Amino acid sequence: MKRSQLFNKIFSYAILLIGLGLVVIPIWYMVSTAFKPQTMIFEMPPKLWPIPSTLNNFVKALTTDKFGLYFWNSAKVALASTLMTVLVSSMLAFAFAKLNFPGKETLFYVLLLGMMVPPVMLIIPQFIVAHTLDLYNNHWGLILVYVTMNISMQTFLLRGVFEDVPKEIEEAALIDGGSPWTIFWRIDLPLSGPGLSVVVINSFLYSWEEYSWANVNIGDALRRTLPIGIALFQSEHLTEWGQVFAASLLALVPVVIIFIIFQRYFVQGISTTGIKG
Amino acid sequence: MIFSRSRNQIIPAIIFLLPGFALFAVFFLGPLLYSLRISFFDWNFAHPERSVWVGFGNYIEQLKSPIFQRAVMNTAAYTMITVTVKMVLGFIVAVLLNQKMRGRTFFRVAYYLPVITSWVIVSLLFTYMFSGQSGLVNYFLNDMLHITDHDIMWLADGVLALVPVVLVDIWKGVGWAAVIFLAGLQSIPVDLNEAASVDGANRWQQLIYITLPLMRGTLVFLLVVLILGGLNAFVPFQLITHGGNPMDQTHSILTLMMRATFSRLDFGSGAAISYMLTVFVFLFSLLQLKLLRKPKGE
Repeated sequence: MKRSQLFNKIFSYAILLIGLGLVVIPIWYMVSTAFKPQTMIFEMPPKLWPIPSTLNNFVKALTTDKFGLYFWNSAKVALASTLMTVLVSSMLAFAFAKLNFPGKETLFYVLLLGMMVPPVMLIIPQFIVAHTLDLYNNHWGLILVYVTMNISMQTFLLRGVFEDVPKEIEEAALIDGGSPWTIFWRIDLPLSGPGLSVVVINSFLYSWEEYSWANVNIGDALRRTLPIGIALFQSEHLTEWGQVFAASLLALVPVVIIFIIFQRYFVQGISTTGIKG
Repeated sequence: MIFSRSRNQIIPAIIFLLPGFALFAVFFLGPLLYSLRISFFDWNFAHPERSVWVGFGNYIEQLKSPIFQRAVMNTAAYTMITVTVKMVLGFIVAVLLNQKMRGRTFFRVAYYLPVITSWVIVSLLFTYMFSGQSGLVNYFLNDMLHITDHDIMWLADGVLALVPVVLVDIWKGVGWAAVIFLAGLQSIPVDLNEAASVDGANRWQQLIYITLPLMRGTLVFLLVVLILGGLNAFVPFQLITHGGNPMDQTHSILTLMMRATFSRLDFGSGAAISYMLTVFVFLFSLLQLKLLRKPKGE
C-alpha cells in the first residue's frame, strides 16, 4: 500500500510537471521576446534569457505607439461593462429566482437564446444598429453590446446562486417590511460573493479581450481598445515581435490582478452556480 | 419563491427585468431578426431600400461554394479534435489536482494562465512560434529532435496552417476544462469513494463506477460548451491564417462570414452563412437541454 502510494505520487508529479512545461514554454518565450532587442528576434538557438536584454520595447510601446491610450480605452470599456453586467444580470436573476409573474418561463427561455447564438454572427446587424443609434466609433457601442452578449450566461449562473440563498433570512426581512429591492440589495447580493466573483471574472475577461466586435465598431485610431491595437500593430510591423509582446504583457497585468484577487472564490464559485456535477 | 404566497409581483418584476430586456431587445433580438431579413436579400448597405430580394439564393450559393464547404470541414475537424483532446487532458489534470499534494494551488494557477491570456495575444504568440524561418517550433523539430531536416512553412500550406490554430486552442483550453472538472469532482461526497475502497475497489474502479457516472452533468455541460466554442471559432483563425490564407483554404465558418460581409460587402451572404451556423447551433443546444434535464432527482 505504502509503495503504491509513493509510486502514485511520483507518477502524478511527473505528469503535472510535463504539462507545466508545455504550458510555460510559450509564455516564457513571449516574456523573453519582449525583452529582446530587435536584432535578436529571429536568432536561433533561442536563449533562455536574451543578453543583452532591454526595456526598450516597453518604453516604445507605451510612448510612441499609443498603447498607453489603448490601455486606458480598454480599462474604461471593461470596467463599465463589468459593473453593468453584474448589476443587470443579478437583477434579472433575482426576478427569475424570487419573483412571481406571468410569462416567467417563456421569458427565461427567450433570454437563454443568448447562450445559443454565436456573438460573431450578430455583428452585421449590430453594426447596422450601432450606425443608426450613433454608437459607431463610440465606446458605449462596445459596452452595451458586451453587456448584452454576457447577460444570458451570467443570469443563468446567478439564478442558480440566488436559489441557494436560504429562504428563512429573506422571509425574516419580508416580515420586517422589506421590499423586493431591499431583499435583493441587502440579502441576496451580499450572500452571493463567490457566485458574483465568477460573474466579475467572466465579464471582465470577455470585455477586456474582445476583438471581433471592437474591430468592426471602432474605426477611429484614437478609440481603439488594446486587442485591436495589438493585432493591428503586428500586421503593420510584421517582425517587431518584441514590441508586440511587450504590449501584450502590459495587457495581461490587469487580468492577472483580477484573477489573483478572485481566484480563491473561483472553484468554489463554479460549484455554487448552475454547473453542478 | 418567497413572494409566492402574496399576489403576482408584476411591478417589481418589471423593474428588475426592464434594463436587461431593453438591452436584449435592441442588441440581440432585434439584430437576430434583422439578420434573418438581410439573408434573403442581395443587401445594399448604403441604400437598404434598394436591396433585391433573392429568397434562398444566398444560402444556395454558399452551400454550392467549395470555399464554404472547405470552411465547414475545417470547422468540424477543428471542433472534433480540440474538444476531444481538451476533455481528455482536462480530466486527467483535474483528477491529478484533486489529490492532497504539495503545490496544488501553484499547479492550478499555472494551468489556468493560458485561459486568462487573451485570444489575440495567444494567437499572435503561436504565429510567432510557427514562423517558417527561425520559428521556435521548427527549431525544436529540426535541431533538437531531428524529426525534419528543413524548415516547414507552416502558414503557407492550406492544411499545415491549421496545426497552430488547433494547438493554440488546446493549449489555451485545457486549464478551463480542468477547473470545471475539478469543481465537479469536489462536489462528489468523499465518503462514497472511501466506502468503495473499504469494499476493495481500486482507484481505477472508483473512477469508472463512481466518479464518472456522478459527473454526468459536468461532462454534458463541458461537452456542449466546448463544442459550441469550437463551432464559433473566429479569432485564432482570423489572426493566424489571416482569415483563409493561403487561397481561402483555411477559413472557419465565421472568418468566411466576416470576409463575405466586410471585405466583399456582401452582407446578404454573410448573414446567410451566420444563419446556417445559428440554426445548427440552436438545434444542437435543444439536444443539450434534453440531455441536461434528465438527471434532476439526485
